[in-house]
Amino acid sequence: MEYGRTLQQAQGFAITLTAPPIARSVIAIGFAFAVFAVFLAIIGRDPVEAYTKVFEGTLGSKVGLSEVGVRMIPFVLTGLAATIPARVGLINVGGEGQLYIGAWAATGVALYFGFGHIWLMLPAMAVAGFIGGALWGGIAILLRNWRNVNEVISTLLSNYVAILFVNVFVFGAWKNPAGFGYPYTSDFATEAILPAVAGTRLHLGLVLPVLAIIATFLFLSRTRWGANMRAVGGNPEAARRRGIPVVRYIVIAMLVGGGLAGLAGMSEVAGIQHHLRPGISNNLGFMGFLASWMAGHNPVTLIGTCFLIAVIVVGGDVLQFSGDLPSAAMLILIGLVLFSILGFRRLERKTE
Amino acid sequence: MSTFWLVLSGSLTGAVGPGISVLYATYGELITERAGRINLGTEGSMLMGACFGFIATVETGSASLGVLAGMVAGSGLSLILAYLVIYRDTNQLATGFALTLFGAGITAYAGRDYVDSTIGGLNPIAIPLLSEIPEIGKALFRQDILAYIAYALGPLLWVGLHYTRLGLSLRAVGESIDVAFAAGRNPQVIQIAAIATGGALAGLGGAQLSLGLTHTWSEGMTVGRGFVAVGLVIFGMWSPLRAMVGAFLFGGAIGLQLQLQTIGAPVSPFILDMLPYLIILLVMALWSRSSARAMPEGLKGVLKATS
Repeated sequence: MEYGRTLQQAQGFAITLTAPPIARSVIAIGFAFAVFAVFLAIIGRDPVEAYTKVFEGTLGSKVGLSEVGVRMIPFVLTGLAATIPARVGLINVGGEGQLYIGAWAATGVALYFGFGHIWLMLPAMAVAGFIGGALWGGIAILLRNWRNVNEVISTLLSNYVAILFVNVFVFGAWKNPAGFGYPYTSDFATEAILPAVAGTRLHLGLVLPVLAIIATFLFLSRTRWGANMRAVGGNPEAARRRGIPVVRYIVIAMLVGGGLAGLAGMSEVAGIQHHLRPGISNNLGFMGFLASWMAGHNPVTLIGTCFLIAVIVVGGDVLQFSGDLPSAAMLILIGLVLFSILGFRRLERKTE
Repeated sequence: MSTFWLVLSGSLTGAVGPGISVLYATYGELITERAGRINLGTEGSMLMGACFGFIATVETGSASLGVLAGMVAGSGLSLILAYLVIYRDTNQLATGFALTLFGAGITAYAGRDYVDSTIGGLNPIAIPLLSEIPEIGKALFRQDILAYIAYALGPLLWVGLHYTRLGLSLRAVGESIDVAFAAGRNPQVIQIAAIATGGALAGLGGAQLSLGLTHTWSEGMTVGRGFVAVGLVIFGMWSPLRAMVGAFLFGGAIGLQLQLQTIGAPVSPFILDMLPYLIILLVMALWSRSSARAMPEGLKGVLKATS
């Protein structure tokens, strides 16, 4: 925690780079579940029954577990989209929009470029998705570096623009003529679909978050550039004096972050939806952002927080299906978990 | 040419209605930020206000009680942020954003049985004589009661911030907690009060949206207006009068979009829907350098923009 403390002094606000101690987090998560149980009791649901249903529907069966895995893919990628920029002191709340643009770009390749072979098509779609998300995130960084617009506001507002941007196409030029008027694109050809794994909804897109986590972890902890990123995030002025090209680090961190969110979009259309439609994301990008903050921007801890959020989200679908709660109500529990984890974190004394 | 003027005058007439809800939220965020805190939960507080204001109006039949309920709901949500950022020192931006999702969850649950409900809500009151002025009169003086209060609130806030003891305390805390404390103020109480007031005003804005503008409730109906308000405070350089300009600019963008759709402009309606967000980003980009100078000291750690 020593490093976190100096950071805070330097920066005046807390981005704790080290993961919170496990015991503390478990207590915090338990507290959030307890508060939500009280909420369930107040609205007349049996909390024990509801939590049992959630457990059985997620961790208690093969189908449930594979659903959790399916959800973790975009969460981890959009979580890294918040984590990597956070390392250089940027707050990227635009994962949602970057995901949409990535999905859009990957769909464009799938529909209009005949690569003919799956091992050419899928990489091409992934590259397109990455570039799409990166450029969308790049707009925010351009506005920041060139016009001093804070990236929090620009990434937040650009989410709404991205969703509308996708609508322009799925309601317009890309609409499937044989789709009975529904705003979907045509279904992808087989070579543009990520193959399913072991007869479940899990798909080959799984390799993306696995590779991304390993690469991010090694990069941040084992390379000079990773160390430089921390210096930039800690105190940009000091980093500049040490000869670190601060602007370059900031730009690249945001582009990579946006790109990973774009990959999440590619994985959703190629692995789950097999076409592009409005509202493909439904908060996937925002969940990744919350997961990253729960994990204290640590890429390894992020796996755990994405798992937790995936269990809650899939559990929410179970409860919606059984008629207990609308799935959006699970946002309440996810919010409680984050408040609780942040709130239970040991207080660091500020010296300012 | 005549179409051009038709669209322009239509956008002006249409600017006030959609601008009012954002204006309240902007006032609220401005008070919060002047006290040195930033609340991205403004969007969530607006949703709370829109939802619980609507529910209370349906249940009691009284729009006044609805507005009151909206303010209480918006304020209540913001108190979670106040506790976490002031007493637990959590990151303001992450906490505020999570608060917005939290509010979205609560309202999605609470409002689901009210999606098809109908209400009388708030209706326009024409001010005699003033509403007869061509164009401007119609735009400004045929609005609901909350619009008239919003007109008055801007100048009142400006006077309050600059010429009252309370306003001075608020600004002092926003500039430096330590100096304000040394001068005998209680920074924590002032910040909590500012955040709670900010949440109440955002809730009021949300209530105006569902009770005055749309007369309906739907999930996520604020579509980013609370985040727009945070942007407008920066664009408005933390001045309530400039905030009014920004909010009506946003309203005008919505008015323009509706006008273009009405005349059947040969553009995708979704591109027109982007206009309000793009215009806010554009004006922020154009004026951001001057606004950075006006930023309260207490926000500089959080809202750093220089690289």
